[in-house]
Amino acid sequence: MANLKTVSKKSKAQSMGMHTEVLTGRTQQKFFNPDEAENFYYFGTYDVDFNKRTELDVKDMTAPEANKEIDNLMSQGYGTIVIKNPQGKHSLGVGILNKLNLIFEGSLGYFGMGSCDGPIVRINGRVGWSCAENLMAGKVVIEKNAGSCFGAAIRGGDLICKGSVGARTGIDMKGGTIIIGGDAGAFTGFMMQRGRIIILGDVGINLGDSMYDGTIFVGGEIGSYGSDAVDSELTSNDQDWLKRKLKVAEIGENFDVSKMKKIVAGKKLWNYDNLEPTEKKGAI
Amino acid sequence: MPKKKNKKVQKSKVIKGQLGKKKETAREKMIGQSIGYRYDVNLLPDYSKITPFLKKYIEAMGWDDLNWLEDVHMGYEEDRPAVFCRNANGWVTIPSSIKLPNNQQDRDMIARELLVKFQMSPKHPLVDLKKAYLKF
Repeated sequence: MANLKTVSKKSKAQSMGMHTEVLTGRTQQKFFNPDEAENFYYFGTYDVDFNKRTELDVKDMTAPEANKEIDNLMSQGYGTIVIKNPQGKHSLGVGILNKLNLIFEGSLGYFGMGSCDGPIVRINGRVGWSCAENLMAGKVVIEKNAGSCFGAAIRGGDLICKGSVGARTGIDMKGGTIIIGGDAGAFTGFMMQRGRIIILGDVGINLGDSMYDGTIFVGGEIGSYGSDAVDSELTSNDQDWLKRKLKVAEIGENFDVSKMKKIVAGKKLWNYDNLEPTEKKGAI
Repeated sequence: MPKKKNKKVQKSKVIKGQLGKKKETAREKMIGQSIGYRYDVNLLPDYSKITPFLKKYIEAMGWDDLNWLEDVHMGYEEDRPAVFCRNANGWVTIPSSIKLPNNQQDRDMIARELLVKFQMSPKHPLVDLKKAYLKF
């Protein structure tokens, strides 16, 4: 665990009063216990039951009011919540760190389902910009189309759009899987660092531009490759995984995955050690 | 003419990819930190190796597969096997009492199981932070 310790030897930044603490240590062995009791949920989250179902009409609510009400329903043990009349409101369903089955009967605006960790979400409509931004875990399914920056900076989980998506899908993603049933716009996988993107249709220009790592699978035509995005061999393990993942996504049942293109990072742009912490320290 | 005796050439052990044994580059030695990943971060999980604990976890969460755990792999820090905890932003060292198998897929499943146990523990460092800083 990174311990917060007061440092007696002051650096220039500290002596200038910029901060009084420093983060030291990276190993967390002392907190680790392999015999920990079986527990599948974060400490302090609600114990909900998928079979306990309720509906919530958010027509006359603001987004914060609706989000607080979802939290309130989870605290009462509701594991399946159906949201009526979302009417394209922005920032609905954000910050859910719980096991939950959430269904939106309609479309969402910008930043829907952002920063979630665990829920299974189905949106029976469209979504605006940056849907499921920073998703940590869980599954989000969009039945129609999505706007730009779909799945920006996601770290884990499955994000599925059965229709087409805009530009910069999976920008800066650090893990997880994004699956697109239709087409994707320009700069898909821009600066992605890890994770996987599957596009069954065509994709626009600059695919995987400046990608650091991760994998992109494309079923259709590619507008153009971005800087440092290169082709790679599609292995049998990849094909098995693709078949299984498309089944999970409920799309592309008869899609021939063996003809998909696999794009990875050429790793020619790996020069990120230019300002390593030791050098930064010396510069302060 | 006497036959030349062939000297036995000792094969050097391949250490590339072994936990904690990859040689540092000059640059890495100088800065005291590793550059890039030391294991295949794109390796897809082999579901035939899944552990009973992970099966129960998937079922409890209502997911169809390993979900976010597909990105979890066994790495190492300071020459010891470890798994990265994204919530605490640090490496969790695997206790030496746990014997690790000799292939990445099996090691990854163990890493996933141990990480879930660590993250869901009431002793996780985020629990204290949550108590101190939770706004609503």
